[in-house]
Amino acid sequence: MSWERWRIPLMLGPTVLIILVLFFGSLGFGFLQSLGFQPQLGNTELNFDAYISVMFSEEHSSRFWAGLLLTFWVAFASTFISAALAIAIALLLRRTFFGKRLAVFLFQLNLPIPHLVIAIGMILVFSQSGLLSRVAGELGLISSPREFPVLVRDSSGIGIILAYVWKEIAFFGIIVMAILQSLGEDYEAAAQSLGANRWQRFRYVTLPLIMPGLMSASIIVFAFTFGTYEVPRILGVRHPEMLPVMALDFFLNPDLNARAEGMALSIIIAVIVLILVLIYMYISARTIRRG
Amino acid sequence: MTDVTVKELAPADRSAGKRATGKIVFYATVIFMCVVLVLPVIAFFINAFAFRWFYPQLIPDEWSLQAWQRLGLLPPPGQFSIENLFAQWASVPDVVRALGLSLWIGFLVTGVSIVIGMPAARALGMYSFRGKRLIEFIIITPTIVPPIAFSLGLNINFIRWDLALEAAGINLGLSGSVLGVSIVHLVPVMPYVVLTLSGVFANYNADFEAQARTLGAGPFRTFWHVTFPAILPGLFVACLFAFLVSWSQYLLTFLIGQGRVITLPILLFSAAGSGNNAVIAALSLIFIAPAVLILLVSSRYLSGESGAVGGFGRV
Repeated sequence: MSWERWRIPLMLGPTVLIILVLFFGSLGFGFLQSLGFQPQLGNTELNFDAYISVMFSEEHSSRFWAGLLLTFWVAFASTFISAALAIAIALLLRRTFFGKRLAVFLFQLNLPIPHLVIAIGMILVFSQSGLLSRVAGELGLISSPREFPVLVRDSSGIGIILAYVWKEIAFFGIIVMAILQSLGEDYEAAAQSLGANRWQRFRYVTLPLIMPGLMSASIIVFAFTFGTYEVPRILGVRHPEMLPVMALDFFLNPDLNARAEGMALSIIIAVIVLILVLIYMYISARTIRRG
Repeated sequence: MTDVTVKELAPADRSAGKRATGKIVFYATVIFMCVVLVLPVIAFFINAFAFRWFYPQLIPDEWSLQAWQRLGLLPPPGQFSIENLFAQWASVPDVVRALGLSLWIGFLVTGVSIVIGMPAARALGMYSFRGKRLIEFIIITPTIVPPIAFSLGLNINFIRWDLALEAAGINLGLSGSVLGVSIVHLVPVMPYVVLTLSGVFANYNADFEAQARTLGAGPFRTFWHVTFPAILPGLFVACLFAFLVSWSQYLLTFLIGQGRVITLPILLFSAAGSGNNAVIAALSLIFIAPAVLILLVSSRYLSGESGAVGGFGRV
């Protein structure tokens, strides 16, 4: 029947169309604009001027490379620290104890709270007149807010990393807890009966078992922290600034020629993320084949 | 505990003592961890109600509702009455307007994404066909590629399409309108709806539908009495995530709304630069209330393997 042939395309059509037009269409158009395609300004010739300008011109290059370095640093540090802490906490919360449900709820509390709000929370907690500074003041460790270290709006991205760690611990946590729950404790018990100590059980039994889930979660977190605008905008400084902030700066510049550079930056961000995802997929496919 | 006391204990008691110490250390660690993780929320509560909070006081001497009065959510000091409260809200302060708009866009996006995404999820979950991997790739890509990469192009595209439509005599006004913002929210929302629901349909047995059909039920009755109850839990989670992802969008709303669509995140972001911590904290509390409610409701449905959990990564 002809209806049967069109059944699946019709079911998928609207969703695929929305994503193709709005997402891929805009990505493609952004790419064209980054190549200097601006018909309303009379530019229809394609070239890499915007990329060269952003990466190598005297005007922008130092800002770009410093920003790229900061972006990599923040994304790697946030992903690694939050994954490590989430594993530790998930292992801690595995046993049964009084108040476990409350502890797990508080552990997950930051999960649905938007990044924007956590970023603002970091200002209230870690700024020089924030909550922690007051704790230090009450304890007599410091006598004025100025003695508290600069942890937000600092040039090495500590505030941004803190915000991501707070947020992503909960995200990694729910994934690690679910894996641990589905695994049960049989493997570790077996290792223990074979004489493995606590560290060996973690290193050679638990960690390899949670690794696949952990890696795919890490990719999501890395891509997110690499390309998010709000958090570095609120918690970062002007120089160095993370690439997404820099991209939007260029894009919103009243000078329409800067728009191509903004587009170029956003495409650079997307390409780096995609390359990393492809490397990850290649590695994980190879490990699965070997396994 | 000193060495002497340990030596005095019998072996069994010693291990009991050790266990007790271990328990104390364990609880101390758990409590410390919970307090540290919840610090931002604690800070919001203190800031939102603090009054004349001098450094280095940890707990303010005086509390007040001035932030809430300033936001127009409560009548001015000394004039509290139920009538005044109604009058205050009836005058629709900016916060209430933004709250309403955020809710409206969230519900709209949720409804549309479910209606559009459910058939797609069913196709992906229940059938295998040529090009399935490609379709999955297309649907998943927006969850990995940073929003900034497509939102800049989308911003220009909407303006272009508006101009083209205007030239054709259609004044749709995508750019800077609630309609346009709702449409672009579909991009981050759709993948999670489809992923969550396709997981549900993968474990779904369509034979029951065939049975209902043989018994004479039409397509609508079959859906309502057979399909719908079977997928309800997954559908519920998908709805919550769709709403939450739309609720937390800042960048897309900012770029497409052109400063004319003021949702809660837009309001909060502009307040963040104001330096008035009490107002910022009060706004944050309003903004996170539905999100925490959603966590409370959905936590028993959540497991790490569900596609929906990825949605939390994008909030």
